Amino acid sequence: MAVNFKETEGIVEDILGVYSEKAKKNRKEHIGINNKETCGSCIAKSNVKSLPGVMTPRGCAYAGSKGVVWGPVKDVINISHGPIGCGHYSWGTRRNLAAGEPAVENFVLFQFTTDFKERDIVFGGDKKLEQAVKELHELFPTAKGIVIESECPIGLIGDDIEAVAKKTSAELNIPVIPVRCEGFRGVSQSLGHHIANDSIRDFVVGKGEIDNSKKTPYDVAILGDYNIGGDVWSSMKIFKEMGLNVVAHWSGDGSIEEMKITHGVNYLLLHCYRSMNYIARHFEETYGIPWIEYNFFGPTKIKESIRKIAKLFDENIQEKSEEIIKAYEPKMQEVIDKYRSRLEGKKVILLVGGLRPRHIVGAYEDLGMKVISTAYEFAHNDDYERTTKELEDGTIILDDMNEYEFVELANKLKPDLVASGIKEKYVFQKMGIPFRQMHSWDYSGPYHGYDGFEIFARDMDLAVNSPSWTLVKPRWKK
Amino acid sequence: MEKDEVKKIKDWMNTEEYKEKNFNRKAIVINPERACQPLGAVLCAAGFEDTMPFVHGSHGCVAYYRNNLSRHFREPFAAVCTSLTEDGAVFGGQANGFEGFKNAAALYKPKMFAISTTCMSEIIGDDLGSIIGNAREKGHLSEDILAPYANTPSFVGSHLEGYDSMLNAIIETLGKKLPAGKDAGKTDIINIIPGFDTTVGNINEVKRILKIFGINYLILADYSNTLDSPLNGEYKLYPDGATKLEDVKNCVNNKATIALQKYSTKKTAATLSEKFGQDVRVIKSPIGMSYTDEFLMTLSEISGKEIPKELEDERGRAIDSMTDAQQYIHGKKFAIFGDPDMLTGLTSYLLEMGGIPKYVLCSNGTEEFKKEILDLFAAYSESEGEVYIDKDLWHLRSLVMTGPVDMLLGPSHGKFVAREAKVPHIRIGYPIFDRVNIHRYPLYGYSGIINLTTWIVNKFIDIIDDASDDAHFELMR
Repeated sequence: MAVNFKETEGIVEDILGVYSEKAKKNRKEHIGINNKETCGSCIAKSNVKSLPGVMTPRGCAYAGSKGVVWGPVKDVINISHGPIGCGHYSWGTRRNLAAGEPAVENFVLFQFTTDFKERDIVFGGDKKLEQAVKELHELFPTAKGIVIESECPIGLIGDDIEAVAKKTSAELNIPVIPVRCEGFRGVSQSLGHHIANDSIRDFVVGKGEIDNSKKTPYDVAILGDYNIGGDVWSSMKIFKEMGLNVVAHWSGDGSIEEMKITHGVNYLLLHCYRSMNYIARHFEETYGIPWIEYNFFGPTKIKESIRKIAKLFDENIQEKSEEIIKAYEPKMQEVIDKYRSRLEGKKVILLVGGLRPRHIVGAYEDLGMKVISTAYEFAHNDDYERTTKELEDGTIILDDMNEYEFVELANKLKPDLVASGIKEKYVFQKMGIPFRQMHSWDYSGPYHGYDGFEIFARDMDLAVNSPSWTLVKPRWKK
Repeated sequence: MEKDEVKKIKDWMNTEEYKEKNFNRKAIVINPERACQPLGAVLCAAGFEDTMPFVHGSHGCVAYYRNNLSRHFREPFAAVCTSLTEDGAVFGGQANGFEGFKNAAALYKPKMFAISTTCMSEIIGDDLGSIIGNAREKGHLSEDILAPYANTPSFVGSHLEGYDSMLNAIIETLGKKLPAGKDAGKTDIINIIPGFDTTVGNINEVKRILKIFGINYLILADYSNTLDSPLNGEYKLYPDGATKLEDVKNCVNNKATIALQKYSTKKTAATLSEKFGQDVRVIKSPIGMSYTDEFLMTLSEISGKEIPKELEDERGRAIDSMTDAQQYIHGKKFAIFGDPDMLTGLTSYLLEMGGIPKYVLCSNGTEEFKKEILDLFAAYSESEGEVYIDKDLWHLRSLVMTGPVDMLLGPSHGKFVAREAKVPHIRIGYPIFDRVNIHRYPLYGYSGIINLTTWIVNKFIDIIDDASDDAHFELMR
């Protein structure tokens, strides 16, 4: 079908009509209409400041460091260093599941904070931080490390958390890691990912002893899977069945002990490119470990990914991989047979974070659904390069889409499903549009892997086809 | 780790020795049930007509407030900010303020920006008054848009003070006192300030009571509709039913104000009474029989109307529900936590039912609050009750693991303590992220008594059933 670019351009123009000239010029550069023949990275300007006042969906560097990268590491204590709020809001709200006894092996569901008061702002908080680290070590002696995540005031008042970390680490003989992720740094959570990656590079990578007697040619590490609703576990199942030995998973259900020995693996398998490409590149440059991106959403992409990964290994792995692809095919067909007829042709708009605006497209297509527009909160050029080829020509691609644009876009495109976050969920549900949270899997999941696809398909169906949506208009108004 | 070793450490964490260590900490705070000022400020703003909460700070903060409030109410929550970044720290945030006003006005067309601050804008020393003044002067902020502002640094107080400061700013900015000595503008309206109350059912219950009384009222700030708006296929950025700005202007001339919370209304109550000379009554949150009675008596006194028979009958039904069920609560021990006003109400209710509020723990409580609870214990000769201020849920864990209770009452974060203590946990307060619709049921008034009694007692009965062998698994309870 020929794509009517003019019509789509008109839609975008209409939406932008509300802005002042200056703001319009800015926002226009962030919105593109997919055309596979043009360069991917020019589709939308990205990773620059959000306009003030527009209701951006973006978060901050602290959210990227503490919430995304470090938070899921279960055997360390994350201190939200500064006032009370940041730690409170990011307490147990991401669904990065972790196994292990709470307070002994697992600190994921805690909110540790130095709870800055006015006197700490005035006189500095380094002494308080030092004492806090010591108290934590005494109360939780099995914690394998303490990570200090700076909130905005720390950088503004000039505290020296690096010195405190160095001193307490030497005294207590555990890693104490300073992370300069003040929320005002950068333009979104994305810089926070980078800062956290760098702190892992400086304080964790290469610090463990590799036991050569345990090494196998099949040792790999997963990067960029945060175990939302159990994603890591359903992905690990596939890798194990392929015959691979997953030495570490970063950072969902992850452990600093595993991170320390990751430099012993043969390959790095990278799911969320955006949040962990930095550390992958470091492993490549420093240890010569190659990394490969994969996509475990939906059977088509899973199959492609399994084959892509298997190619790195010997025939034994390749044979096993073909076997498991074959073994799962009937099950996947069953899922598709069950749901595809109910979802065929349904239109989806996405606004999510790191990898999902492109990675999840294939899973929708497996169900016969069509992504008509996709948007990123905090992507960079290289994300857009990877996005355009995943989507049909004419798809509207947006960077840092704000609430006004999102609502207008939905009014014009009339999607059957909107897939985004908690801030967006109820907006679209009020409009009578079915919605799924695609950060938290809407308290469901996992969505990764073969097991995850079955749940994904069920969830999309229960959202789109719930009888409750047919009741929105009263009978007397129909 | 080896299972035995894990168990050894966990057992140690349940000891008196560990409790002492835990209570001795001075610097680290672990699982506090307390949020920061700006959250309260944006919540308050959501209670006013066509008002956009406008936060001078980074967008990470605002994303957090919106997330958290949406999770609790399961409703959209709009708020904008000035998206301050590193150069704001160097050059100040005025330019972002100007641009923020222009963009937000173009996109979201508010009648009012309710402006609050964050840690960052406070520390860099931005002066909101002059930013707003300059914005008006230079045409970045239209005179048609009201712009009350409050300083709400996250390193002072909690969400309670943030709510108070925002409400105070709105009333101070909008309120127009009519000349003294004249009756012009004097009304029979009673202002009701709910305070930081995320149980929309409470506000609805208060309105219902006022309607039965036949009292004209004004709720400041009323988000009972905006954060519980009907799903009808249309998204309204500013849902109907918020407090009208016109009414806020005249609220200072109304007959009296009743604040239903003390700790989230201090500034506002002082402004209304001292600056505007209004009759202001700060009463206990009407939870349980005594405090609901007190609320009704206050209404009766101010309005000069007798307490209607309809409400007396409701009272009778509520006391009936209490006496029917009191045997299941009598002597049971409770750990309760959350915001102070709610805790005072719950303590009173539990004591009325013969329950023992063994631990009353408030992460944002003051000495004044502590005394309130101790006075209640004294009034009921309750010798086992303990009250803790400035303590967190890791303290609470030590308490319940060394001196057990039968039930926890408080926000969702308590679920981890309840699980370890192997006791039930009824969700009450803010935030509730893991149960649906609870915030729609009032805790206030005689209806609230029936709700509380229903939840608590039926949970105990479920436990009796679950624990019974076949011989004791009886039909009647």
